[in-house]
Amino acid sequence: MSVSFLASLLGLSNDEDQLQVAFDEVLKRRVPSRQPTNLRMSAPIRYYYDLMSQPSRALFIIFRLSNMPFEDCVVALRNGEHLTEDFKKEINRFQRVPCIHDNGYKLAESVAILRYLSAKGKIPEHLYPKYFVDQSRVDEFLEWQHMSLRLTCAMYFRTVWLEPLLTGRTPSEAKIETFRMQMERNLDVVEEVWLEGKDFLTGSSLTVADIFAACEIEQTRMADYDVRIKYPKIRAWLKRVRQSCNPYYDVAHEFVYKISGTGPQAKL
Amino acid sequence: MSKAIKYYYDFLSQPSRALWIAMKLGKTPFEDCPVALRKQEQLTDEYRSINRFQKVPAIVDGKFQLGESVSIVRYLADKGVFSEQLYPKTLEERARVDEFLEWQHFNVRLVCSLFFRQVWLLPAKGLAPAPKPESVKKLIKDVESNLGLLERLWLEKDFLVGDKLTVADIFGSSEINQMKLCQYNVNEKQFPKVAKWMERVRDATNPYYDEAHSFVYKTSQQAVKAKN
Repeated sequence: MSVSFLASLLGLSNDEDQLQVAFDEVLKRRVPSRQPTNLRMSAPIRYYYDLMSQPSRALFIIFRLSNMPFEDCVVALRNGEHLTEDFKKEINRFQRVPCIHDNGYKLAESVAILRYLSAKGKIPEHLYPKYFVDQSRVDEFLEWQHMSLRLTCAMYFRTVWLEPLLTGRTPSEAKIETFRMQMERNLDVVEEVWLEGKDFLTGSSLTVADIFAACEIEQTRMADYDVRIKYPKIRAWLKRVRQSCNPYYDVAHEFVYKISGTGPQAKL
Repeated sequence: MSKAIKYYYDFLSQPSRALWIAMKLGKTPFEDCPVALRKQEQLTDEYRSINRFQKVPAIVDGKFQLGESVSIVRYLADKGVFSEQLYPKTLEERARVDEFLEWQHFNVRLVCSLFFRQVWLLPAKGLAPAPKPESVKKLIKDVESNLGLLERLWLEKDFLVGDKLTVADIFGSSEINQMKLCQYNVNEKQFPKVAKWMERVRDATNPYYDEAHSFVYKTSQQAVKAKN
């Protein structure tokens, strides 16, 4: 049921094999990671992720922009691969993505992973500043977004897109309206507070804060919400973020574009 | 010597309590700046000029203003005025503390906050009626599901990330204590590790722990008396 529904959204016939082929084709086209040349170097970090997950997309983009070599470890959430006992025991006890293994050291939570890799010198300072005053402004956003932007965008997406897909039941208009209002209260804060007088969320140039925020907001495309209609500053900012992160931004969001049927080129 | 950092907080707020306890324990010098949430002081124009998000806790360090409790911890640590035991400097230890601080947002913090808001805060303010028993049951189920995660996934040792107290423990226990306001206490038989851990955190952080939770204790006791 859910797979065939997803297949119809993708414009495929109701054929699971064809759906699997479509997903695999997209995955194959991802930009290959750079191979380390120093043979004495320790094994590259293993990155477990699914590009359907917002924080997974954010870290994927950040790692690519940082030229950080990593081993691709794709976890297909749609197949429940994260819910197996093996995954829990061997990969991540929280049974979620993203997570990393660094020569045996296992770490979950996208922001904790970011900070760990930054402390190891893997993330350039222009993306995640080392100077504590500048870093704290990025941190302030990363901590703010959890219970505000991320929570409300995810709830809207889940209500409008994911739950109907999984259950076959359509949510009531009242419920959709409630979650949209909650989401927009937080989009208002992005538009009016974070982006006030600035091109990017924490200043005049891109940081990881922008990448995390953009990946959360892009999720709502799949729920047929167009943030650009109501929020002119967010619209302009999203364009800047995409330009700063491409080609990795579009690679990371390929599923989002396909499922929503709206590429980033779509003009208002 | 520069002026002490100004700390804006209310003990009704879980992260405010946690950060206050941590700074007291670690001997971070700061100036007390209470903000009465019950009087909605955080919504005044004066406070908005201190924290544009109109939330507590927040700090002002000279001309620098910062909100969000976890980012304040990191700022103070990098500035060298926060205890290295509570927020370790070594790479892997700090990453484990960070993992908890990021994990808790959507787990312990979310479910405890929802429970507190629905069962105590909104009814107490007259903004919503007391929830129906089946709603309370569902909220408790979510809370206990998350206490189960703490029990199974985090509490392998005496504290959340090892044998020593860190800021992770102070934040985690502060969230759970919020539910005392709703007459919810951790069931020792159901969650023996969590209950013992809460006691260890209290012992390790007193007298600051009890001082920070005095409002929570007092209000929950008053409610018990009112019932009897």
